[in-house]
Amino acid sequence: MSDYQTFEHDVLVIGAGGAGLSAAVKASAAGVKVAVVSKSLLGKAHTVMAEGGMAAAMGNVDDRDNWKVHFADTMRGGQYLNNWRMAQLHAQEAPDRVRELEQWGAIFDRTKEGKILQRNFGGHRYPRLAHVGDRTGLEMIRTLQDHGIHQGIDFHMEVTILTLLMDAGRVVGAFGYDRERGRFRIFRANAIILATGGIGRAYKITSNSWEYTADGHALAYRAGAELLDMEFVQFHPTGMVWPPSVRGILVTEGVRGEGGVLRNKDGKRFMFEDIPANYKGQTADNEEEGWRYTQGDKEARRPPELLTRDHVARCIQREVREGRGSPHGGVFLDIAWIKERIPNAPDHIKRKLPSMYHQFKQLGDIDITKEAMEVGPTTHYMMGGVKVDAESQMSKVPGLFAAGECGAGLHGANRLGGNSLSDLLVFGHRAGQFAAKWAKEHTGGSVNNAQVEEAAREALAPFDREGGESPYAVHHDLQDLMQNLVGIVRVQKEMEQAVEGLQKLRARAEKVHVHGNREYNNGWHMAMDLPNMIEASEMIARSAIERKESRGAHFRDDFPDKTAEGASFNSIIKRGSNGEQVLERVPVTEMTAELKQIIEEMK
Amino acid sequence: MATATFKIWRGERGGGGYQDYTTEVTEGMVVLDAVHQIQAADANDLSVRWNCKAGKCGSCSAEINGKPRLMCMTRLNTLDLNGPVTVEPMKTFPHVKDLVTDVSWNYKVKEGIKKFKSDPNRAWNAQQADVDRPQEFRKCIECFLCQDVCHVLREHGLHDEFIGPRFFVYSAALEMNPFDSDDRLADLKDTQGIGYCNITKCCTQVCPEEIKITDNAIIPLKERVVDEFYDPLGKLFKIFR
Ligand SMILES: Cc1cc2nc3c(=O)[nH]c(=O)nc-3n(C[C@H](O)[C@H](O)[C@H](O)COP(=O)(O)OP(=O)(O)OC[C@H]3O[C@@H](n4cnc5c(N)ncnc54)[C@H](O)[C@@H]3O)c2cc1C
Ligand code: SF4
Ligand code: SF4
Ligand code: FES
Repeated sequence: MSDYQTFEHDVLVIGAGGAGLSAAVKASAAGVKVAVVSKSLLGKAHTVMAEGGMAAAMGNVDDRDNWKVHFADTMRGGQYLNNWRMAQLHAQEAPDRVRELEQWGAIFDRTKEGKILQRNFGGHRYPRLAHVGDRTGLEMIRTLQDHGIHQGIDFHMEVTILTLLMDAGRVVGAFGYDRERGRFRIFRANAIILATGGIGRAYKITSNSWEYTADGHALAYRAGAELLDMEFVQFHPTGMVWPPSVRGILVTEGVRGEGGVLRNKDGKRFMFEDIPANYKGQTADNEEEGWRYTQGDKEARRPPELLTRDHVARCIQREVREGRGSPHGGVFLDIAWIKERIPNAPDHIKRKLPSMYHQFKQLGDIDITKEAMEVGPTTHYMMGGVKVDAESQMSKVPGLFAAGECGAGLHGANRLGGNSLSDLLVFGHRAGQFAAKWAKEHTGGSVNNAQVEEAAREALAPFDREGGESPYAVHHDLQDLMQNLVGIVRVQKEMEQAVEGLQKLRARAEKVHVHGNREYNNGWHMAMDLPNMIEASEMIARSAIERKESRGAHFRDDFPDKTAEGASFNSIIKRGSNGEQVLERVPVTEMTAELKQIIEEMK
Repeated sequence: MATATFKIWRGERGGGGYQDYTTEVTEGMVVLDAVHQIQAADANDLSVRWNCKAGKCGSCSAEINGKPRLMCMTRLNTLDLNGPVTVEPMKTFPHVKDLVTDVSWNYKVKEGIKKFKSDPNRAWNAQQADVDRPQEFRKCIECFLCQDVCHVLREHGLHDEFIGPRFFVYSAALEMNPFDSDDRLADLKDTQGIGYCNITKCCTQVCPEEIKITDNAIIPLKERVVDEFYDPLGKLFKIFR
């Protein structure tokens, strides 16, 4: 046995965002020994940044809402590539999970009747997002954290997992290092839950933090799991574009929900010019009606600014490409204009969108109550991830579970806003329960010393490679490549170039050199993150090449339409015997008659 | 090309010294951008914590020109760039390396505070006005800048007897949560040192979330402690209410 510090648990949770914490709390409640590891300190995971809210059909604001409507909305948003069983469980169980948060101390905004308040969001038929101002993610993570620390869970903060340890095809533990001292640790566990979040750092313009380096995706892939729907990367239409240092930071959809409009440099509301046929019936065809919708008029149809994220993002990109953009390469998002319609507009804006007001004022010197913002698309969310069983969240690899953004299935080709936070709760909960059960039933298995030593050697190699280049340089080039060649608008030739380029980056990543020692060495950490980002990037490019149509977040200039064939399959990537990525299509499974009927009724 | 010079603390576990780095300055930059540029170009192993780069996670706390602030929310155009800008780790916590400190004490303190306990007799129903105040406290991003600046910790080092402004805010959020039924006043008085706070309001001044820590959290808690333990009439009144 290696002399690295070893920790013994029944269930190991990798990740301390909403999904990881939910899972840990549930597993622990089931009576097993649980540890959570996370790259950051507790309470800092990406979940903390979520703004708008979590979707749950509680019907507090509009009693026409129920799980069936939520289910149908989610499937429509995902263009029917979703795992329908997951969409059903999610819609059915989200309300209980939200109430559970309240029972653990969360304080949501209230309706006049004193219930949890819910707000409108793109793609949701009724007001459905339980929220706390524009800081819902903070409320969620803090509640889970403050509850979780009293549940007998061991937390390992600032520890990064490098490898899953395997024995005869099943997971038996994980190997990683603590960021502070750079010392290795072994975690023994009968079941492991991946809750590592997304991949956004592979792109240059992104709303995601440094943690989003696709670790969970890569760990699962190397352990033999299948990765599903990797072509579907969500680009949020409105990120900040100016000044350069804030490029990509999110501007919440709430701005448009409150009446903000998109204009090009000629002052034109270009979204009215391109309303997809299947949304024509639900979309306002004049500015007046759109405005009334944002003010709660139930008879009015939504303004085209609130069409799905994929579509709005592409329209913005078109305006910019065709020379009608704003000075810094975006378009204008104007909320200040509502002063023409309502008294005290500046106060109203500050009250409804406090953190947006603050963000632009402080970071962009812009007063959004007076001036328009400049916005453009930003890499936001990964629909693709580890393929799991809908009920239990277990992957193909025995004992390996996944939940939250690093899992896949619920969102299909496009995620609706607000469906991620509820996803974390519902499937975090399930993963925790089933992992605990699995761990009790599957003890034994042993850590393979050779695997540990190999991982340790690989991790330390960058210190010895005198003359190698800096990991930051390789990361910089990776971000450029993915942004330019596998971005919002895709074509065959560019993506083939990307796959080629990624091989070169892989080779460069294997040769990077880092300076200094092992203590809190950010350069070294980056060197170890690089292979994960490159692995996932290649999966994205390969899956995107294979899907020769446009659907949801995946748009191909060379195949701009949806096809019947495209509706019939999901893409899967797994590891071939020589370590190469093997791509497969799996047929979309048929829904139950009950669910089909729901979809029909809600059309 | 405009440039600026940053004096960044480099070293481990209290040791080390300032090192000067000059980097390009472009429009809109914040201190964290400058630190990242320096890290990518000249100092790959420079240690710094950050996550959101938008003032939402509370990871990037440091002392900039001697003031406790978030690096990601400090614009360079608000600083005097004619001379060097100093960037150093928070002083109140044990130093780890460069700009990173060991803030684990805060996590331990929180575990010692009685957690939320729902009131079984109360329906899950509340008016917005009744939750406004605890919601203000729940905006806290745990940047620990208030802990860094509070003299009871910073100068007097009473970490064992005093939980600090962050955890008064935390306790106040629980005490004022209409759904909570526990009582934390005795702990605040006896083991958590609320009496040490002499209302200097330095904590309120540095809070990036603009929580009125002293006026809205600490003073009302102090008043409750007084009512509960030092004011027999008030207590009597409470019993018969
Ligand atoms: C600005 C912004 C706003 C958003 N707003 C909303 C919204 O309003 N509604 C909504 O539903 N969704 C929203 N989203 C999306 C949503 O916030 C995320 O999808 C979700 O929080 C992901 O949660 P998670 O638990 O899967 O992962 P995260 O919260 O990202 O947590 C990942 C965890 O895994 C850990 N980790 C990763 N790799 C490793 C490793 N190798 N070893 C150890 N630990 C590791 C990390 O340290 C972290 O603790 C928003 C996203 C952004 C960026
Ligand atoms: S007001 Fe009290 S808690 Fe705040 S800094 Fe002053 S002494 Fe510390
Ligand atoms: S109260 Fe304010 S200063 Fe203190 S930790 Fe919270 S956000 Fe930071
Ligand atoms: S990086 Fe999140 S607060 Fe500064």
